[in-house]
Amino acid sequence: MRRVAVVGVGISKFGYRPDVSLPELAWEAVKEALDDARLDGKDIEAYVVGNVGGWSSEPLPAVVVGEYCGLAPSSGIRVEAACASGSSAVRTAYHMVASGEADIVMAIGVEKMNESPTPTVVEFIGRAGNYFWEFENFGLTFPGYYALHATAYMNKYGATEADLCEIAVKNHYYGSLNPKAQFQKPITLEECLKSRYVAWPLKLYDSSPITDGSAAVILASEEVAKKITDTPVWIKAIGAANGTSNLSRRDDFTGLEAARLAAQRAYKKAGIDPSEPVKYLDVAEVHDCFTIAEIMAYEDLGLAKRGEGYKLAREKQTYIGGVIPVNLSGGLKAKGHPIGATGVAMIAELTRQLRQEVERGRQAPIKKGMALAHNVGGTGHYAFVTILSL
Amino acid sequence: MSTIIQKLREYLDKAEEEQIRQLDQLVATTGLPVYKDPKTGALVWVDVRELRLRFQLSVNKIAKFVEGLSQEKLYYTVCKRCGAKYFPPQADCPRCKSSDMEWREVSREGELLTWTVINVKPASFAHNKDYVVGIVKMPEGFNITAWVDADPSTLRPGMKLRLIVGRRPGENYVTYWFKPA
Repeated sequence: MRRVAVVGVGISKFGYRPDVSLPELAWEAVKEALDDARLDGKDIEAYVVGNVGGWSSEPLPAVVVGEYCGLAPSSGIRVEAACASGSSAVRTAYHMVASGEADIVMAIGVEKMNESPTPTVVEFIGRAGNYFWEFENFGLTFPGYYALHATAYMNKYGATEADLCEIAVKNHYYGSLNPKAQFQKPITLEECLKSRYVAWPLKLYDSSPITDGSAAVILASEEVAKKITDTPVWIKAIGAANGTSNLSRRDDFTGLEAARLAAQRAYKKAGIDPSEPVKYLDVAEVHDCFTIAEIMAYEDLGLAKRGEGYKLAREKQTYIGGVIPVNLSGGLKAKGHPIGATGVAMIAELTRQLRQEVERGRQAPIKKGMALAHNVGGTGHYAFVTILSL
Repeated sequence: MSTIIQKLREYLDKAEEEQIRQLDQLVATTGLPVYKDPKTGALVWVDVRELRLRFQLSVNKIAKFVEGLSQEKLYYTVCKRCGAKYFPPQADCPRCKSSDMEWREVSREGELLTWTVINVKPASFAHNKDYVVGIVKMPEGFNITAWVDADPSTLRPGMKLRLIVGRRPGENYVTYWFKPA
């Protein structure tokens, strides 16, 4: 396998975007990535689109995006791994370059969730567990699946709703410093605690929003990357794993087994000691679709011991200056969570972090030169852990 | 007596009635289904085509499960070769690649592992009051996800719950749920 570098990144403005169609939204990120790498559409040998859809009108988004962005007749496909579709797009693009099939491949994530009204979107995501055994008769929602974990976690370890809200406060704070983020205002712990329940014990402010957005990254082989840029960011490892679709087929609701496996696989490949990953990493983006998800991520990634993730939140150890800064983009919580774009946006953000070019106040000190992206699809149905390095 | 089928259709139609009327009027007046989004001022074309989905799922290989429901019983499967137990019932055992399964009735009491209250509901459940969904550990070793008919503030992990199979009040079709034992 050949070494693969990220040589160009782009992210659209995330949020409520009725001002653009799906391919126009994709173009915002594609253009930024092409400009960043100083390449043209014709240089892209293949492209992979992460998109979940259902709530949006285009059933074949890869073809529509490729046509609009001038990428056809290069080969393009759409991939799906639920909320980790973006990471699966990056992984497929990585394989194309690593295998020697292509030298320059683009991974694009795009989602237009606001093409449907909110109750329809809630319905679509709620169906994304195991349809017949969880939705048809019991009407679970996405906050509901994570709430089942929050209840179990809080009962077992004594974490409180305020501990969960600490995550929301941190991520809104960093989101307020990220001009691309959906939410631009910091919030207080009190505001979070007072927000209404969406799936008890999770509240509105524990939840990531419904978002339109896109992201793109250009991957290149070592030889080509060195011609394109002086600051290639290498994809050191991608670990991936799946869990069961039906939550009742699992025994533990205080963490996500798929995320633990994906982390182990990525750490092994990257040469990271799994008992002390923070020694190697400057910054992480983790999948905080709900506040409880970020706390479980701390533990599944080994940033905290089992049952102690909420203490990292309580002690504010995941701000800049703490044990490890997490979600300096604002995370899914404040930056927004355009399902298929999220995983690509994580890689774009961390590339910028490692190049030390993000906005003031949210740039992590880069000393070790390594960063981690943790992207979960569904409720641990899919998990991808990607390690980037300078 | 009507069931969820007719009831949900009427509920959804009613929820969208005003919007559809306005859209129809807009097209009648201007000839175009185009409006300015009040929040952003962006021009939006509202689909003139509507897609309604109702899937048809095969339960042919788990016919015994369906038969059980009609008798107010819940069935799981056990692989006759390796003894693996399946709920939801599976017609095939991937562990030993056998499809020779025995059907057994699920016992009636389990222990609550975790739960949530669905406050913000999907469109097709929006006619319901807030409902509790729990995951319950059964003595057979598997878990069952279902509604818990109880005041959520009384629920505790490990609490004993009784399995009920019957017509769900209000929706009037046969499913299963739990109640405090």
